[in-house]
Amino acid sequence: MSDLNTSMVEQYRNNFLKEVEANVEGGTWVKMCMQCGVCSGSCPLGPAWEHPPQELFMMIRAGKREEVLKSESMWMCTSCYNCIVRCPRELPITHIMHGLANYAHRLGLAPKMNPTRRFAKMFWNNLVKSGRVNEIELSVGLYFMDGFKTGVARAWAMKDIGLGMLKTGRLNPFGFLTHKGCKDKRGIHRMLKKAREIEDRRKGLAA
Amino acid sequence: MARKEYSFYPGCSSERLTSASNYMVSVESMCKKLDVQLNEIPDWNCCGASIGYAEGGELPRHVMNARNLAISEQVNKGQDVVATCAACWLGAKETKDRLAHDSDLLAETNEALREAGMNLQYKGEQEVRHMVEVLIEDLGYDELKKPVVKPLEGIKFAGYVGCQTNRPFGIAGESFENPKYLDKLVEIVGGEPVEKYDQKVTCCGGALAFSEPEKSQAQIKKIIESAYDHGADMIVTPCPVCQMNVEVYQGQINKRYGTKFNIPVTYYSQLMTVAYGGTAKEAGLNGQIIRAQRLEEIAAKR
Repeated sequence: MSDLNTSMVEQYRNNFLKEVEANVEGGTWVKMCMQCGVCSGSCPLGPAWEHPPQELFMMIRAGKREEVLKSESMWMCTSCYNCIVRCPRELPITHIMHGLANYAHRLGLAPKMNPTRRFAKMFWNNLVKSGRVNEIELSVGLYFMDGFKTGVARAWAMKDIGLGMLKTGRLNPFGFLTHKGCKDKRGIHRMLKKAREIEDRRKGLAA
Repeated sequence: MARKEYSFYPGCSSERLTSASNYMVSVESMCKKLDVQLNEIPDWNCCGASIGYAEGGELPRHVMNARNLAISEQVNKGQDVVATCAACWLGAKETKDRLAHDSDLLAETNEALREAGMNLQYKGEQEVRHMVEVLIEDLGYDELKKPVVKPLEGIKFAGYVGCQTNRPFGIAGESFENPKYLDKLVEIVGGEPVEKYDQKVTCCGGALAFSEPEKSQAQIKKIIESAYDHGADMIVTPCPVCQMNVEVYQGQINKRYGTKFNIPVTYYSQLMTVAYGGTAKEAGLNGQIIRAQRLEEIAAKR
């Protein structure tokens, strides 16, 4: 991971904007931002962003590579798409935030303990396994991701919700065993492996 | 033959014993009453949902959605794809949109798709639509009103539209800031929509309800508070994530903020099923953690 980061630093030298344009989803739009701040004002978790979107855009242009990629900010995106529909320049801001988060994650620069990064990774691995989300495995995995003791405490704190879901038939207590997912799991795995290969080749992320 | 037929993408949360299985039950009942046939896409897979991007990246996510659409093109020929979940609809529609405008991405997608079974190729032949679009555009409000036998009289509903059914695509002819279709649906089933519900498009936190619970619950609190402030008896929504987030965290919010929230959160399809004369079970009302008592009463009436 860090090798990948070093090679990107060498390849793009001081031009972080170019790096973002080449490797981040929607990155070519960054230069279009006119710093009006409507995105930041529209964000439901706005106050939780150390650097709101329009600030991130300016930081990218100013070459603040480390500060942007190591930031927790874009991990606060809830995918509400308020910024997208309100941006007067029609930047795909939500996608750029997703793209920045994904790129930082791939380079190994994203904050290790950020809960959304960790949950998102767990979520993707969960859905890939069988082609469909296994909800009980996902929730239990989330509670116990910091070990058994914290897991028990978290599960205890969530017990009313869990019981409610069980009682109303909205959670499968035997889902660990009975979750079936897709029939063509192997095909889906091959397809995703191929997709990752192609994307890494295109973005120069191939190992 | 049914009046209308669609290629159906139910999504992970619609399966038996999952978080929105009650939504699915009510959608099936509603469609039966409306003589709409849903042909499930065989072996459909997850859309990647709204946080799939972080680990999944761009192409793998589009490939997942393209697989569903390609199977649909092959098996359910000539039908529009319909999703009931906001994230499924958004994911599939976004992929269709991107692949239509990017021939390189389309070629890459099909290269990866060849690795999956069924000899798939995505062509982009079918529209991707939300169930609400189908109801409003293909059937129309007048048709939706016809089967009403038990109007939901005297119940005030806060129509909580949320994010992803509304943005970035939304329902044609509706505004992003104040969409009216959910209120109209409430009206045609005889309920009373809360006119000035000012949090109808506020974000519930989505997937961050899991990873950033405090921040998300602050959002959910606003959504519920406004419903109470405007006299709502219930909240109604078209989105499985909205439904779950707004319903199940009320206890935790009460603890955190000292509130006394206990308001049912229902799906439009449950309202319609009850109004069309369906039983509480057919409407999936046994799936509510906070029971929608007044709907149950109407459903129980002869």
